[in-house]
Amino acid sequence: MSYSWHWGVFLSPTPSGDATYLGWLLQGLEWTLLLSLGAWVIALLLGSLLGVLRTVPNRWLSGLAAAYVEAFRNVPLLVQLFSWYFVLPELLPRALGDAIKQSDPLTQQFVAALLCLGCFTAARVCEQVRSGLNSLPRGQKNAGLAMGLTLPQTYRYVLLPPAMRIILPPLTSEFLNVFKNSAVASTIGLIELSRQSQQLVDYTAQAYEAFIAVTLLYVLINVLVMLGMRAVEHRTRLPGHSGARDV
Amino acid sequence: MKLSSLSVAVLGCLFLTGAVQAQESTGTLKKITQTNSITLGHRESSIPFSYYDDQQRVIGYSQEIALKIVDAIKRDLKLPDLAVKLNPVTSQNRIPLIQNGTVDLECGSTSNTVERQQQVAFSNSIFVVGTRLLTRKDSGISDFADLAGKTVVTTAGTTSERLIRKLNEEKKMNLRIVSAKDHGESFLMLETGRAVAFMMDDALLYGEMAKAKRPGDWTVVGTPQSFEAYGCVLRKDDPEFKKLVDSTIAELETSGEVLKMYDKWLRNPIPPKGLNLNFPPSPELIKLYGNPNDQAL
Repeated sequence: MSYSWHWGVFLSPTPSGDATYLGWLLQGLEWTLLLSLGAWVIALLLGSLLGVLRTVPNRWLSGLAAAYVEAFRNVPLLVQLFSWYFVLPELLPRALGDAIKQSDPLTQQFVAALLCLGCFTAARVCEQVRSGLNSLPRGQKNAGLAMGLTLPQTYRYVLLPPAMRIILPPLTSEFLNVFKNSAVASTIGLIELSRQSQQLVDYTAQAYEAFIAVTLLYVLINVLVMLGMRAVEHRTRLPGHSGARDV
Repeated sequence: MKLSSLSVAVLGCLFLTGAVQAQESTGTLKKITQTNSITLGHRESSIPFSYYDDQQRVIGYSQEIALKIVDAIKRDLKLPDLAVKLNPVTSQNRIPLIQNGTVDLECGSTSNTVERQQQVAFSNSIFVVGTRLLTRKDSGISDFADLAGKTVVTTAGTTSERLIRKLNEEKKMNLRIVSAKDHGESFLMLETGRAVAFMMDDALLYGEMAKAKRPGDWTVVGTPQSFEAYGCVLRKDDPEFKKLVDSTIAELETSGEVLKMYDKWLRNPIPPKGLNLNFPPSPELIKLYGNPNDQAL
């Protein structure tokens, strides 16, 4: 293959002269981390709430949560992103929509991507929380209620603690997915990690160096997440439950 | 959009093809003779240069030039039954696909730049564009200076993106710059009022304008910030093939045949919607036609 390798490209200055190409990649990494972690916080909070709602003995509340999951899991992520970014401002009252569109473009892109990723992942977290709750013996809930706890108290002190521990491994893969899915933000112009790598290719024509570097950075993120989540699993496990060490 | 896994797969493939390529490959013409086929790279929506018509056929100004080159190959190598394979490319993968041998020749809307010359060879240039602004007629914007403090959209990965960032820093214009992923999306940003102007190669701006719901609402303004030469892309260090491509293009340009192609694609209704870009030839383009060369501008 007629390709001229040039690994030094990362240290050469960018055309605007204010940074090196490595600096660009790190800037992109910063946006990817900020976006993914922000979306993950939204997803965990909203997803846990919805997951609980799916299992409560109230048809309206569980129906509402089910509808949310169907909507956000069945529409492709890219379509959701375009809806948040392009469609939403057009549906709002004109003055408000215009105000959004005239605001700082970077803020618009970031907020749209954050909401999109957060809401999308929340639907997936919701299903995991539900399956965690459903995997518990039914007697636990009845026992909690029989002891005089209210339903919210039963969830808080009896059901959620073991359920959340059970779903830690699948939550880890959702957490990893948030980082990988965050690359869709590049399609609305947010210059995150994958977009920076494409930009590097556009500017320097050194395609392989750029993609290899970005691949390694994504791998690095994922390894750190996996180690972190494994540590969480280790620290929170209970004796006598699934995944626990033999006592 | 799982870019990380995608790039690993891509890289894996590239290393494999790289190993295979290293054994043969002494010139594209030899490869063409041996396989009795040539693979052309083309764009999918670079109107009017290289794009699909409504029957998914590849057409356009650049594509026509590519087919002229194929004719010359058939004639010179005496391969009347040469099979022509078409391979769609994007601005991101066109150069790697040439390098790894998937595509033999790409004629689309690729600007000849010094950085790209490190990786691939460019033929004699086939077109010259200037980077200008598309804006609403009543926007009050007539040149780049009027943009100060406003939002401008441009397409990611283009020279316009670099130029506007540089201009912004040098002249402290306090611009807000948005980069969209393709020309259609850039125009959408302009149309929905997210940006007041769209900076891009003028020929492509005319193409977007012609596609608009009401073409009469829009206008192309501003002093060109740069001129760029489009060329066909081929593998480096392949003088035999480059000579054939260059001489075919030079002949088209000096014989005036290219002017007929210019009229057909830029000043007459073109498929798929019968749009007329009404794009006047610039002095730089006329200069190129009179003096074919493969230099970056």
